[in-house]
Amino acid sequence: MNRAFVLVRRRLLGAVPVLAIVVVGTFALLESAPGDAVDAYLGTTGGDRGLVDQLRRDWGLDQGPLQRLGLYLAALARLDLGWSVAFSRPVLDVILERLPNTLLLMGSAVALAFGLGSLLGVVAGSRPGGPADRILSIGSLALYAVPGFWLGLVLIVVFAVQLRWLPSGGIETIASGKQGLARAGDIARHLVLPVAALGILYLALYLRMMRAGMVEVWRQDFARAAFARGLPHRHIVWRHVARNALLPLVTMLGLQAATMLGGSVVIESVFAVPGLGRLAHEAVAQRDTPLLLGIILVGAVLVIAVNLAVDIAYAALDPRVGAGQETSA
Amino acid sequence: MSAAVRFRASAEGVAGLAILALLGLVALLAPVLHPGDPLDIVGAPLTRPFTVLATPLGTDWLGRDVLAMIVHGARTSLTVGLAAAFVAISIGVAVGTLAGLFGRWVDETLMRVTDAFQTIPGFLLALAFVSTVGPSLATVVFAIALGAWTGPARLVRAEVLSIRERDFVAAARVVGMHPLAIAVREVLPHALPPVVSLAAVIVAGAILTEAALSFLGLGDPNRATWGGLIAEGRSVLRSAPFLSIWPGLALVVTVLGVHLAGEGVVAALALRRSGP
Repeated sequence: MNRAFVLVRRRLLGAVPVLAIVVVGTFALLESAPGDAVDAYLGTTGGDRGLVDQLRRDWGLDQGPLQRLGLYLAALARLDLGWSVAFSRPVLDVILERLPNTLLLMGSAVALAFGLGSLLGVVAGSRPGGPADRILSIGSLALYAVPGFWLGLVLIVVFAVQLRWLPSGGIETIASGKQGLARAGDIARHLVLPVAALGILYLALYLRMMRAGMVEVWRQDFARAAFARGLPHRHIVWRHVARNALLPLVTMLGLQAATMLGGSVVIESVFAVPGLGRLAHEAVAQRDTPLLLGIILVGAVLVIAVNLAVDIAYAALDPRVGAGQETSA
Repeated sequence: MSAAVRFRASAEGVAGLAILALLGLVALLAPVLHPGDPLDIVGAPLTRPFTVLATPLGTDWLGRDVLAMIVHGARTSLTVGLAAAFVAISIGVAVGTLAGLFGRWVDETLMRVTDAFQTIPGFLLALAFVSTVGPSLATVVFAIALGAWTGPARLVRAEVLSIRERDFVAAARVVGMHPLAIAVREVLPHALPPVVSLAAVIVAGAILTEAALSFLGLGDPNRATWGGLIAEGRSVLRSAPFLSIWPGLALVVTVLGVHLAGEGVVAALALRRSGP
């Protein structure tokens, strides 16, 4: 367990400068935007010069950029992400309210992609060059080219409009009064299409990685030795080849966390899922700088957390990891 | 076997190149095939596909020619995809070379910045960038590149780290070659081939990101874009789904072409894609 502890400490220490760069970088980017929150706010309500100046003072927008960065950092230390102009509520509250939906969506998509993807990858990689491999390789390459948001619309047309099997959007039936299991079932029904739209690209990715990894392992001496000893094909595939090809997929899981969070922005917009991604789109539309900044920051923290979890899982799966000296980044 | 022979031997590469050549031709000839502004109204609104000869893929709810918009959209998609990949790879090569050659604090600083960019979801970054600077072709290109340069940067750094220990680099140093000349003339040419194999993935990603940005209304508003067309079709998705389906199919074919051509390039360079 000491191994995992060392790993976690190293990761957390490494995350500090990264987060600092993220904060300063996003602040600088949004600083350079024409117009500020006051302009955006008054664009919808209207107001005179005096109100403009007073609001700028109230929101600290009349000070220099460095002071504002300082104010922002000080507030961050108190876990205060600022005030959302669009929602008239603290940014952190708005984000935390939306976060569970995104986690549910992403978690389900990862489970689908990783589970089914690696399974199909084993099917393809158990006999490289065989008929199943050809079909799955071509199919996954085609799936890999499909934009998730477009796939989402196609799924809506087929399953929600034509067949009327599944709802076309939202996270649950509004004001249905459902509780407990009935509510969970309702949410699950609403999640089927968005999870499929978000996950299928990664399913194709894991399938291809698993297959490529297995092709490599088949060439290695221990796999050939197992074959030479006359072990059953099924036994070699599962116990020797697939197991060794699985590790790189776990690494990929962490690497893809950021991309998937980005992908959920569009998917949540397509399916009207009230999550973090849709919130980002709303923040952009309403020029809500503190909110967008907060989402990016929470997104970065989320990605770091996922990578930490992946590292621990990796250390548990592979006893060589973190056992020896520091490996290079 | 030469690279060209190996490329021709890969069925995927040939198929991908054929798709891309056709698309490139369509994009180049767009002003000839469909002269004038593709966003002009040319017929009755919402005619079905394959019913009117002048507008074979139908018209949208304003009466604009869907085929003309898709053909002109090919220009935007390919331009943005190639330009963003070029910018991303250029930044990545520059950062990776500097980090790999200079080492120490330069390496440390640049790699932490790379980490930071990899920690922020690239699409969120692009969204924030376009929304602050304003949508135009150049901003979209740069916004996409912002999220895509880290891959090539890491790859080039790793290559440079191994190449700079080789004898011919030591020899160049001994004869008194300028460090910059060593970087450009001795190290870079050997570090680039693996990056080329990454190019297809970056171009494909850039095309998809551009489509997603214009789908959310953050593309160049004065151009026909596939993502924008898909978004406009949404409002009549129930009655006229083809408006969203056609441009999406164009996207799928394009990205598939890029991926297939990429497989060909990997075969041509005789590179093994090794696991991490």
